[in-house]
Amino acid sequence: MDGYTIHSVNGPVVTARGGQTLSMLESVRVGHELLMGEVVGIRGEDAVIQVYEDTTGLCPGDPVSGTGGPLAVELGPGLLHNIFDGVLRPLNALEKASGPFMARGVNIGSLDTAKKWDVKILVREGDEIVPGTVYAECRETELITHRCVSRVTGTVVSVKPDGAYTATEPLMEILCPRDKTETLTLRQLWPIRTPRPVRKRMPISRPLITGQRVIDTLFPVAKGGCAAVPGPFGAGKTITQHQLAKWSDADIIVYLGCGERGNEMTQVLEEFSELLDPRSGKPLLDRTVLLANTSNMPVAAREASVYTGMTVAEYYRDMGYHVAIMADSTSRWAEAMREIAGRLEEMPAEEGFPAYLPSRLAEFYERAGYMVTLSGAEGSVTVIGAVSPQGGDFSEPVTQNTKRFVRAFWALDRQLAYARHFPSVNWITSYSEYVDDLEPWYRERLGHGFSGLRTRISRLLLEESKLMEIVKLIGADILPDDQKLIIEAARVVRLGYLQQNAYHETDTYVPLEKQKGMMEVYLYLYDAAKTLLDRSIPISQLRGTGIFDALIRIKYDVPNDNEEFVGEYSKKIDDAIRTVLEAHL
Amino acid sequence: MRIDYIGLSEVSGPLITLDHVSGVGYDEMCEITFSSGKRRTGRVIMLEGERAVVQVFEGTHGISLENVSTRFTGKPMSLPLSREILGRVFDGAGKPIDGLGAVCPQEVRNINGSAINPVARKYPRSCIYTGISAIDGMSTLIRGQKLPIFSGAGMRHNEVAAQIVKQAHVGGDDGNFAIVFAAMGVKNDTADFFRRDFEDAGALQRVVMFLNLASDPIIERILAPRCALTAAEYLAFELGFHVLVIMTDMTSYCEALREFSSSKGEIPSRKGYPSYLYSDLASLYERAGMIEGLPGSVTQVPVLTMPNDDITHPIPDLTGYITEGQIVLDRDMDQSKLYPPIAVLPSLSRLMKDGIGKGFTREDHPALSNQLFSSYAKVQEARALAGVIGEDELSDLDKKILEFGRIFEDKFVRQMPDENRTIDQTLEEGWGALAVLPPDELDRVDAVLLKKYYKQDSVPAMRGGM
Repeated sequence: MDGYTIHSVNGPVVTARGGQTLSMLESVRVGHELLMGEVVGIRGEDAVIQVYEDTTGLCPGDPVSGTGGPLAVELGPGLLHNIFDGVLRPLNALEKASGPFMARGVNIGSLDTAKKWDVKILVREGDEIVPGTVYAECRETELITHRCVSRVTGTVVSVKPDGAYTATEPLMEILCPRDKTETLTLRQLWPIRTPRPVRKRMPISRPLITGQRVIDTLFPVAKGGCAAVPGPFGAGKTITQHQLAKWSDADIIVYLGCGERGNEMTQVLEEFSELLDPRSGKPLLDRTVLLANTSNMPVAAREASVYTGMTVAEYYRDMGYHVAIMADSTSRWAEAMREIAGRLEEMPAEEGFPAYLPSRLAEFYERAGYMVTLSGAEGSVTVIGAVSPQGGDFSEPVTQNTKRFVRAFWALDRQLAYARHFPSVNWITSYSEYVDDLEPWYRERLGHGFSGLRTRISRLLLEESKLMEIVKLIGADILPDDQKLIIEAARVVRLGYLQQNAYHETDTYVPLEKQKGMMEVYLYLYDAAKTLLDRSIPISQLRGTGIFDALIRIKYDVPNDNEEFVGEYSKKIDDAIRTVLEAHL
Repeated sequence: MRIDYIGLSEVSGPLITLDHVSGVGYDEMCEITFSSGKRRTGRVIMLEGERAVVQVFEGTHGISLENVSTRFTGKPMSLPLSREILGRVFDGAGKPIDGLGAVCPQEVRNINGSAINPVARKYPRSCIYTGISAIDGMSTLIRGQKLPIFSGAGMRHNEVAAQIVKQAHVGGDDGNFAIVFAAMGVKNDTADFFRRDFEDAGALQRVVMFLNLASDPIIERILAPRCALTAAEYLAFELGFHVLVIMTDMTSYCEALREFSSSKGEIPSRKGYPSYLYSDLASLYERAGMIEGLPGSVTQVPVLTMPNDDITHPIPDLTGYITEGQIVLDRDMDQSKLYPPIAVLPSLSRLMKDGIGKGFTREDHPALSNQLFSSYAKVQEARALAGVIGEDELSDLDKKILEFGRIFEDKFVRQMPDENRTIDQTLEEGWGALAVLPPDELDRVDAVLLKKYYKQDSVPAMRGGM
């Protein structure tokens, strides 16, 4: 006992008095129920603690004890295909322990210590191991092999044979420098606020393929990159995050529901258990770690949950996997910081947020990257953070500061959502700085044409948006025919290409080849229709042939593996134009 | 043994401060007794060493530093519950005010509740028919959902809420249905309107009311929704009722919270509201839902009036981020006597997609509602344009779109406060409105459904000339 007792209680913030031993960010246990907490400030003999659970009933004088280390989470096999709260306590086990409602002071380890894993030992007696050595591996799910990466240096003095072990059973003894011995198991602890070390950071070079046209084509995100999805409520942030979690070509998905709705997490859980990964045919949950800290769970745990998620992501990256972490929503995290800062009576900066908001955001997003891990493998962490700006106003501090640290920005638009244009990514205000970095990859994979097509499509959309300003004022009728063609062609692109139906079997995921083909068809239409202009034939006559609607329905009508459709549709366009021309002869 | 603490060291707004107390827990209840024997209740909201700050529910008027004694109960605020609460009326703090005496409790529950473990939740799928086309057709209410009504002062949100209460039913087995009504800072007339309405519908025996009127103490306003939801959870998860909770008006609740926060001297955040407004609202709204393996459900329809009709105001804004959609009422529609004045475009039900369509309502429902949304969005554009260049100058297509808008609002949205439409009637009205549009405008409906349900108006569509 270090003699600390509670001095004051104010919501989730507790002050402990009477000792000297607690250190900054140390994990503590508060009161008789041993609630989890973390030291966030030390003033003289007072330690200020944020408590991760409801503080009802705490009394001044109740004991507070330190754990000797910072808030750390248990990492090991069994994280995948599972759901945890913000400090990595398994929700299924919590339900078994305390029923459908969350109880307090239940301390359950992250990993199921009864489950035996079929472990293959990869080192022998006498081997030298260094940080980065993979000393054991096991099949965590059918999709993922779990590799145990050493964090210590030493010589293996004794080692168990291959076989079935639990996460906590000793696998080997290591003699470390200065004659210390360490026991290695499948499990390891890591403090959540410390980034895990890597050998070096690599330049960005590969895209995260999402199968979502507007993202892959116009605003791609790189593996190891960061993207933000800001949008007012109802604009489809969560659906966008779900789509990316389902279809992106990362090896591992960490899905973090931070301060969001309980029913949404239930939905993710249900849906991901049923859905199959398009590449492997295995359940999506086999590659997913879910973290749920819903809006009515304690606010301090919400603040911690993004770090927990990031630590889990880095842990799998260190095994050589490409990990994508979806954080929904980072605004809730920022608000949790604000709430706690308010309770600590810190001086508020912009809109009541603490002055350290930008540096915390930067620390978080900078933990993303494409890395060479200590074991020499390549792995990456891609961050996709949803932002829920107050009132849908992108000038608020969280959106603005996030914009500084991410390079892809998918602005969701309320007007588009009202018109049920989904994904409601606004093609004028969104951007991606990764386009140039990824150019070589696209060229190698899809040939030279792709970036040209992309440029032409975005130019067409830009011209349309300028024309729409005029149309709003005076109507479309008085526009000259060449501008009407721009509007018509852009309409086809908007409805046929940018709109994507997440609930349609074919349209929910579209491979890059089909994306490219669709762009080719749409631009072919635009070019071919110009021949009508030369003969002063109104575009409306082409519309009458129904060709526009046929093109819009490509996304539904053409199967994703059909590679011949460009030719077919070009011919249809030619036929339509010929029909119109003949009618005019 | 409990100690009576005589006297106080500070009184400020609804708060009193006591010094030299010990053994008191955070969030604990206490009784404050005047020397005359009158009693009030309070709750510990801050502890610092031997100093305790207590909020007094009935207000601090008449309290001096010396005329009261305080006794701490050692327990957090709780509510006595039994099946007998059905048909009863309580004040915001859960005390009976209908003169029928105290409830004989089967169980006493902490009103703060606890969060439902996400893995224990059952994902809501069965839809609740309200008989209101604009809701059933476009923003379907699902059992276990929280779907607020965003309104403004003077609009007919109470009528809409009352109509939902009267007509709400689930296809097939109805189970036990109960209503919990929480009034926070509403006028006497409004509370009376609801009471009469429940009476007219013969529903009083299924209703539990928690009334905190505009003149009642604000602290009880903060307790009222918590008491109501505790009662709802008990009815749902203990007794197996399907509970519909109506909470009105959330704006008064948030204002009470702000008043209370500023009297505590907390650092204000946006528009003076406390920084924990989001977490606080979430602790209420998230108590809606269903639990795997338990029979009942809690569905919430909170009503809030948007100050100055501003949907970006912190209260509707934060609410919208927590709830699963919203029903937005529109001032213009209300003024043109269109009832119900539901603004279709900004209204949304997030759970709708999983509770409608084949096997739930009707196969064409998802595509139809999508099409109506998208076409009605075009109506707004066409109206804006007509406002500038005049309706006569519009293209034929735009004129048809305007016509669609008129029919949609007049036939589909508009209905009588006692008109209870079936889902089939609602969907037919929808197809009826779409009939004025040419088929190539219907880009959200696939060919099979189009053939089956769409009947174009006999007037031949004009082509070209755009």
